[in-house]
Amino acid sequence: MSVTLEQVDVIARLSKLEFNQEEKSKFVEQFNQILQYMEKLNELDTEPIEPTYNVLDISNVTRPDELKPWLSQDEALQNAPRTKHGFFSVPKVIG
Amino acid sequence: MYYEPVIGLEVHIQLNTDTKIFCSCSTLFGAVPNSQVCPVCLGMPGSLPVLNRKVMEYAVRLSLATGCKINNTSILARKNYFYPDLPKSYQISQFEEPFAEHGELVVKIEGQPSRRIGITRIHMEEDAGKSLHAESFVGKDESLVDVNRCGVPLLEVVSDPDFRTPQEAYEYLVHLRQIVVYLGICDGNMEEGSLRCDANVSLRPIGTTTLGTKTELKNMNSFRAVEKALEYEIHRQEMILENGGVIEQQTLLWDANRNVAESMRTKEYSHDYRYFPDPDLAPISMTAGDIEQVRANIPELPEAKRERFMRQFSLPEYDAQVLTESPKVAEYFEQTALRVKDKKAASNWIMGNLLRSLKERNEHLHQLKLTPAFLAELLTLIEQGTISGSSAKEVFEECLDSGKSPTLIVEEKGLLQISDLDAIEQIVSSIIEKNPRDVQDYLNGNEKVLGFFIGQIMRATQGKANPKLVNSILRKKLALLSK
Ligand SMILES: [Zn+2]
Repeated sequence: MSVTLEQVDVIARLSKLEFNQEEKSKFVEQFNQILQYMEKLNELDTEPIEPTYNVLDISNVTRPDELKPWLSQDEALQNAPRTKHGFFSVPKVIG
Repeated sequence: MYYEPVIGLEVHIQLNTDTKIFCSCSTLFGAVPNSQVCPVCLGMPGSLPVLNRKVMEYAVRLSLATGCKINNTSILARKNYFYPDLPKSYQISQFEEPFAEHGELVVKIEGQPSRRIGITRIHMEEDAGKSLHAESFVGKDESLVDVNRCGVPLLEVVSDPDFRTPQEAYEYLVHLRQIVVYLGICDGNMEEGSLRCDANVSLRPIGTTTLGTKTELKNMNSFRAVEKALEYEIHRQEMILENGGVIEQQTLLWDANRNVAESMRTKEYSHDYRYFPDPDLAPISMTAGDIEQVRANIPELPEAKRERFMRQFSLPEYDAQVLTESPKVAEYFEQTALRVKDKKAASNWIMGNLLRSLKERNEHLHQLKLTPAFLAELLTLIEQGTISGSSAKEVFEECLDSGKSPTLIVEEKGLLQISDLDAIEQIVSSIIEKNPRDVQDYLNGNEKVLGFFIGQIMRATQGKANPKLVNSILRKKLALLSK
């Protein structure tokens, strides 16, 4: 499997990032190097092994359904560059 | 050519937990914007989500009620996309290894054979926030975001593509809503978006099995809207295929004001969510013991309750159906019925006067001053002939208003029905004496005069005379006169 320029374009769009042609070509090369390295793993027979979804051997880390104090509206909004009437104000998105 | 629709539904069920799925913030609806948030649901770097235990329990309840197989291990995954109402830029959901799979719901439509609808999977996920675009106070160049709803727990129920008509889809939704309300895991409130449904639909020539290209329908805010949107989309696809066209795979937004579905015009790559297991959250494991513990506490479901009502209280199927539509009404009926002899009368009063008054007064059952014990008392007063049917309605209204006991109301208002033979005989005699011409009329064969006499007697007693007694005494006395 190898990465194409078109795939780099798609990934850039999904990540909302913009790159010039030179950068994109560099990414094609780097992505392919990473994948080649990963290919090494495929040399191992992992057929009888369960996938590892979490590196810690634990499950059911849960909490009871009990309210705890949370942030006030002022605290919640204090780092926002723009707010209005208690809302975060962001550049217009089409609903 | 005749086409057959193939429809699948995805339903989001908002759980009625006190706190969010991965943090201890309140889930209360309608709060001031951004007032029920914390570092976890705001997506602050370094914050750690921890699963709400109740969400697991609720997921087990719904899985069992829909006959799903609960996976021993299920995992939480990140669904990645950019949108301002999703502060982390990923939604925690489940992808591989969902919570439960392979269930079914049976949908009944009157006059048609039952239909078995397969359930592909049930998984848990967090809700996103809310963004405002069109409100008057939103500027032209901005959207406003409220994060309160972010992290509210949802269960998503994905059906197999087993529906063949929009009506089946509608009935399934009604049934599913009823089940989640009975299970006590969702308030079923449609206005607050507690149940939301997306649909996908394709057409294929009848008799064939290959699936056609499907489109996805979104933005329906009622079950009727889902039915309507499906009808619209099936017709649209039919027209295209009839004219030799091709269906384009796309997402359509339903516009309830104009009754049309319009393309969202999103690019295909926006559907690439790049799911991966969330390293912040440990897998969920479910043992048979855990599941049995929840099963033991599952409340009686609508179908079982309906059948029991028919058996235990000898109700007709229609009554049992109406009374079990909501668990609260069912409970109210049961509490009343257990206190009276005539179960059918209890059913009639609840289905008729009570439900009507609730609607008129826009009140909820649990706020009613007329408790099941009071209604039972009223029914017993009628049963024993202590009050007449017309007085009963008056006592009913008064009890709804004041919350006084029916017996007290009857005393205060002097509504005691006159069942005293002597007293009624006296009144009947005096009315007959006062109206000799009408008596003659009756004796000449004019039966209609009887109504006039009864009216006079009821007026003389302010409606309190037992009508059955009045009737029989009047006839007897008139018969004597004819001899
Ligand atoms: Zn929170």
